[in-house]
Amino acid sequence: MEYKQLVEKMLIGDKRACAKLITAVENEPEKAEKIIREIHQYTGNAHIIGITGPPGAGKSTLTDKIVKALVSEGNKVGVIAIDPTSPYSGGSILGDRIRMQDLALNPDVFIRSMGTRGYLGGLSKYTKNALKILDAAGYNYIIIETVGVGQSEVDIVKIADTIVMVMVPGLGDDIQSIKAGIMEIGDIFAINKSDLFGADRTAVEVNMMLDLTMDMDRRPPVVKVVAANNEGIDELVNEIKEHIKYLKESGKFEERRKNNLKLEVVELIEEELRKIVISHTDSENKLDSEVIEILNKNKNVYEVRDEFLKVIK
Amino acid sequence: MNRPIRVLIAKPGLDGHDRGAKVIARALRDAGMEVIYTGLRQTPEQIVATAVQEDVDVVGMSILSGAHNHLFPRVAELLKEQGVDDVLIIGGGVIPDDDIQGLKEAGIKEIFTPGTETSKMIEYIKNNVQRQ
Repeated sequence: MEYKQLVEKMLIGDKRACAKLITAVENEPEKAEKIIREIHQYTGNAHIIGITGPPGAGKSTLTDKIVKALVSEGNKVGVIAIDPTSPYSGGSILGDRIRMQDLALNPDVFIRSMGTRGYLGGLSKYTKNALKILDAAGYNYIIIETVGVGQSEVDIVKIADTIVMVMVPGLGDDIQSIKAGIMEIGDIFAINKSDLFGADRTAVEVNMMLDLTMDMDRRPPVVKVVAANNEGIDELVNEIKEHIKYLKESGKFEERRKNNLKLEVVELIEEELRKIVISHTDSENKLDSEVIEILNKNKNVYEVRDEFLKVIK
Repeated sequence: MNRPIRVLIAKPGLDGHDRGAKVIARALRDAGMEVIYTGLRQTPEQIVATAVQEDVDVVGMSILSGAHNHLFPRVAELLKEQGVDDVLIIGGGVIPDDDIQGLKEAGIKEIFTPGTETSKMIEYIKNNVQRQ
């Protein structure tokens, strides 16, 4: 089907059209560009929540409960759930929906699973475009559930307004919590499985880590939850809303979105430049021969770089 | 096709055994496919809603309870109702030979019974996916 027709149908709430558009932006870069140009005017309305944390922390279960709470208040919620792609086969098992079974039939919910397909920041390369489609389709909250993260997969900051960092008891001592990276990006900390031994200690450690940061306009709250039993979810959802309010009142909402747009445009420029440079110079496998020159010490890496860049200078 | 084949592996009905479904999911993953697994005890309606949202190329159902003659055709019917005509529907599990013809007539393109080599199923999917 022509993409324009799909966009029309998506805009009036057709889930299948929405799904087909996501498939297109995930797989066909040229079509993706056309689609994003077409829907741009309809985007920018959704509040984007990032759910991140280590594997097995309960991100999917928590997402399920947050979606239910938001939908019960009359919201339309889109979910993009990301799981890792095998670096060997290129295949993946996308299993986040197992925790969200009841939501499949909800007319106000749309869930899409994505594989990372080699992208390392905790998202997939096309998450951002999929997000724009759900945004245009009228989902006023969109939850992005990242892959299970380790210490430095922080790309979610480039697209989310509010980041919920999901922690669980028993993953290490307080040194872990003062390291740089993933612990710095949480707007809200959810200590899940807090019926388990050690949950209080984990909460204390996160709080102590937060106390060490001096230049904070807003101290991220730490909320204890048991997602599987639906405990603490109301408080968590409330904190998410408080964060939205804070962003809007402080002007940070616009600031964050502006920064993210800047990053997005820079990324697109880099990608296009790479294509231009390679297409102009690599026609006769120049890169391969230049690499041998470098290996043989006839040239260095910077000389070769400059030669490649001649086409745009 | 220069994208991964997307497959929904679903367990319709009330049987609680998904070892087989997991073995299949894993084999398809290793064959480079994106496998969406949704867990146990799905209704046909849930399976179809998931297939639509995930925009899959293949719906593969596994059943061990004996309710295949009811549940498999129901999924095929609902997909048709939603206008989804480009998805390859396959099934597997403990299914008597006598039932296979009827299921095929109901729109289940192929049935894989116990003992089928996963490589055969992978080949079948690769050769029979309808979408580009």
